[in-house]
Formats: sequence, C-alpha cells, structure tokens
Amino acid sequence: MDRGQNKDFWAGVMFMGTGAMAMFIARDYAFGSTLRMGPGYFPSMLGGVLILFGIAIMVKGLRKSEKIRGNWSVRALIVLPLSLAVFGILMEKAGFLPALVALVFGSAAAGREFKWLEVMLCAIVLTVISVALFIWGLGLPYALMKGF
Amino acid sequence: MLLGTLIGVLPGIGPLATIAMLMPITFSISPVAALIMLAGIFYGAQYGGSTTAILVNLPGETSAVVTCIDGYQMARQGRAGPALAIAALGSFFAGCICTLVIALFGPPIAEMALKFNSPEYFSLMLMGLVTAAVLAHGDMLKSLAMVAMGLLLGIVGTDVDSGMKRFTFNVLELTDGIGFVVIAVGVFAVGEIVSNLGDPEERQVFTSEVKGLFPTKEDFKQSIFPIIRGTALGAFFGVLPGTGPAIASFSSYMVEKKIARDPSRFGKGAIEGVAGPEAANNADAQCKFIPMLTLGIPASGTMALMLGALMIHGIAPGPTVMTQRPDLFWGLIASMWVGNLMLVVLNLPLIGLWVSLLKVPYRLLFPAIMVFSAIGIFSLNNSPFELYLTAGFGLVGFLWMKLDCSPAPMLLGFVLGPMLEENLRRALVISRGDPLVFVTRPISLAFVIATVLILIMMAAPAIRKRRGDITG
Repeated sequence: MDRGQNKDFWAGVMFMGTGAMAMFIARDYAFGSTLRMGPGYFPSMLGGVLILFGIAIMVKGLRKSEKIRGNWSVRALIVLPLSLAVFGILMEKAGFLPALVALVFGSAAAGREFKWLEVMLCAIVLTVISVALFIWGLGLPYALMKGF
Repeated sequence: MLLGTLIGVLPGIGPLATIAMLMPITFSISPVAALIMLAGIFYGAQYGGSTTAILVNLPGETSAVVTCIDGYQMARQGRAGPALAIAALGSFFAGCICTLVIALFGPPIAEMALKFNSPEYFSLMLMGLVTAAVLAHGDMLKSLAMVAMGLLLGIVGTDVDSGMKRFTFNVLELTDGIGFVVIAVGVFAVGEIVSNLGDPEERQVFTSEVKGLFPTKEDFKQSIFPIIRGTALGAFFGVLPGTGPAIASFSSYMVEKKIARDPSRFGKGAIEGVAGPEAANNADAQCKFIPMLTLGIPASGTMALMLGALMIHGIAPGPTVMTQRPDLFWGLIASMWVGNLMLVVLNLPLIGLWVSLLKVPYRLLFPAIMVFSAIGIFSLNNSPFELYLTAGFGLVGFLWMKLDCSPAPMLLGFVLGPMLEENLRRALVISRGDPLVFVTRPISLAFVIATVLILIMMAAPAIRKRRGDITG
C-alpha cells in the first residue's frame, strides 16, 4: 500500500513524534506526585495523551487511507519562511527600508508569477504605506537605513 | 473597523488571519481602545466573509458557507445589492439584540463565576476545550489531538510554580514562552499563504450588475422573520462553547427551508436563505464574547485570539474583569453596538469598492500580508528571533493544513495551557492529591458530565456510520 500520501497516517506519526519528544524532554523535569505536581507532571501527561491520539489517528489512517489533497509549492515552502528570516536580519543590520524591500521581493518570488515592474511598484507602494503607518503613525523607533 | 472589512473582503484571508495580522498594531494603544479596535476588526472580517460569499461564491470563512448557497444565486440574478444589504441589516439586528443579551447576562454569570475554585475552573476549561474541538468541523480525534498540541506549546517557557525552564532548548528568548502573536501569525497568515500558493484558486467575480442596492419592500417582508429566528438560534448556539458559527448558520438555513411555503426556491436565490443565516452567524459570533469575558474561556479560535490580545495588554480575562475593569467591559459592549452600526453605515455605500478590491490578484496581495505581519512580529521584541519562530510556525501550520489538522483548537489549547496546568495543580493541592475532587464538587461535576455527554453525542453518529459502512 502506498503510504506516502496517506493523510491520517502522517498526522498520527506527527502527533506521536511530538508526544514522544515531549515525554523524552520532560524526563529531566521533576515529576513530583499527584499531590504536589512537579514541573514534569503535566508535560509528561500531555505527551502520553498525544502519543495515544497519534496511534488512534494512525490506525484510522491505515484503515481509510485518505490522500493528502492539493499541491505543494516547494518554492513557496522554502522562499517564504526564508524571506521572513532575512527580514529579521536586515531589520537589525541594515534598517527598515532594505528589510522591507527584501521582504516584498522575497515573498513575491515565492509566487508562481513574478513580474519585475509589478513587484517593483508593489514594493514602493507597500514601503510608503508601512513607513507612514508604522514609523510616522505609530512611532515605532526603527532607523530607515543603518550603517551606510 | 474599516481595516477589518477591507481585509476580510480579501479572499483567502479569514478573520483569524486578519486579527492575527493586525494585533501588533493595537499594542501601542490603551487596552480599552485596543479591544474595541480588535472587536471592530473582528466584525469587519466577519462581514467581509459574507461579502465574498455573495459576490464570488467564495466563503471567507466557514460560517459564510451557507450564505454562498442563496447569496451567490442572488448575485447571479443581478440582485447582489439587496443580498448584501440584507446581510448587513440582518447582522446589525442580530448584533443589537446580542449586545443586550451580553449586557444583561454578563454580570450575573461573572458573579456566579466568582464562586468558582480551581477544580471548577479546571473542569470548565476542559469542557470548553473538548467541546470546541469536538464541534469544530473536521476530524474529532485530530481536533482533540490539536488541543493537546496547543496545551504543550503553551507550556514552553518558565514554570510559574518551580521556576524551571521547560522546553526552551536553552534559548533565552523562549524563557517567556512562545509569543501568542508568533503562533497566530505563523500558522494562520504565513501557513495559509504557503498553502494558497500551492493551490491557486479560481475565482470569478460578478461585478457587472451590482446596482439597485436597496431591497424592496417585498424583500424586507420576507426577511424580517428569518432574521429574528436566525438571531435567536445564533444567540443560543453562541453561548454554548465550541459551537462554531457554521452550526448556527446551518441550522438557521435548515429552519428557514423547512418552514418556507415554497422550499424549492432555496438554492435559487431566496432572500430568506441569506437573511436568516447571516443574522444567526453574527448573533453567534457576538455571544461568543460571553464566555470569554465572564469566564475567561474562549469559545472559538477568534475568541482565543482576542483573549491572547487581552493578556498581552496585561488583562487576565475572567470574572474579575467585570469587577475590576468595568470600563473595559462596558466599553466593549458599547463598542459592539457602535461597531454594528458602523458596519451598516460604512459598508452599504462601499460595497462597490469592496467588489473592485476582489479584482486584486493574489500575487499582489500576499506580499502585503507578509509585510504587515513581519513588521508586527518584529515590533514585539525588536528582535529577529520572533521572525525565525514565525517562519517555523508557518511551515508547521502548512503541514497541519495539509494533514487536515485544524489549527483553531490548537490555539485554544495554547491560550489555556498554562491556566489549565495551574488550576489542575491547585485543585489537587486542595484535595490533597485526590483526583476525585473534580467529581465530588457539584459545579465541577456538572461540567464533567456535560463534557462526557458531548463527547458521547458526537462520537455516536460516527460509530453508527462506521457500522453502516461495514454492513452496507
């Protein structure tokens, strides 16, 4: 049977994995007793609950084997989070303007259509709005440019 | 307010994403103003969902699914104007009534809640979480698992009791826990964008014929009773924790169809099919404020967001809000009514504008969402760390969406996680470690019984169906 696309199977695996990880990490925290719950009590319980749910969901998945719907955009999956991270770094190192422009171009590049002129206009409009709203309007203390 | 509708109208962004995205903007203003603004955004986003439902057959949120059925048909017949107007007026009526309901019932409920102790709170939260998960659309098991997932995420950070740092992986920024906005924006805004980019939606706008805004006398006559019935249904379902607005609007639609003289008109542009569900939807959304304001228990994903926003402003919602911050409570109630009024006043003339907004292609839209989200997130702590975390949650959120694990119950769990642990701990200290404390105290017992009943009720049809599958 093809398990690669089995939705519930993978959901179950995810819950089990998370639960097991939580329990594993929580081993280092004092468990305590029911009367005096230690910091490890609640997380261990939750981890256990997650594992149980995971098993149940996985079993259900194996019975029904419903497929995952829709397509994946690998490009968006990589580029979008990356552009957020780049935005963070640039905010610290280079200032508001470069960070914004990088973010707009980054996110636009995640889509399937990328038209230079359009993205350029989009970047300009969004930058103007953001500077007006956040820097002038709300008075957030960010330098527009840094270190140039 | 305007902003809320603006964004709510944009397809592909639900109210959750809207509020998550705009939440950081409210941090620089006073809590009362912030809550009012958030409530405004909330209404706006709700109404925006209906607008797209009617005009493009694309529900902005689950509760607007019903509106699609007849609303879109009306639009196709060139009656988009009356449909939108009735939706707005119905929502307004429901909003007015429910504001009254909250003003009347809020204080007594809070009074009662003041008598609650840790065991009661624990049972109540458990009930809220379980019902919310069970009644949410989608797989019940997965929703429950997502609640547990949220609880676990809520634990990250320093344990209040022992001062122990849990699940922080020695990351300094995590000692205060994961930021609420980070999760909300990551999962709902970023995750949704990634998911949408994978599956571009087809949409078709009926814009040519949005004229003749006002409903005729006949329309009014046909709509008035559905609106009243819808409001009653919505208010009833709204107070119950966990029943999403979809349930309220669906039942309203069913009722209207059942008692209509000519049921065959439904699905072909019957105005009652727009008026009733829209009123129910709004009544439900509004009455969801009751459990949140009086008990501190959010009854839906959106309410969890509002609760999270309040906590960031340093207000712990619960019965004490009403006694300690009456300005907040009454301010919100006043804002609800004003908000509803504004919705009608602002939106009716602007429908044309919203329609033209729908033509904005998604590829121009999502960079804007990214920009507002990113700035909001960065402003939380002025550090890039939150952005990395948001990016991470964007990926996780996408994964959840693909695996059909609804993230809204997770959000409820996340908000309630620390409180749940704290109350469990205290309850067990009070009872000297006896777990029976939850069933020996009458109020707590009532909550436990209700929880079990709901679980059984929801599980039963599933079991029956499975049996049917085997025998059939």
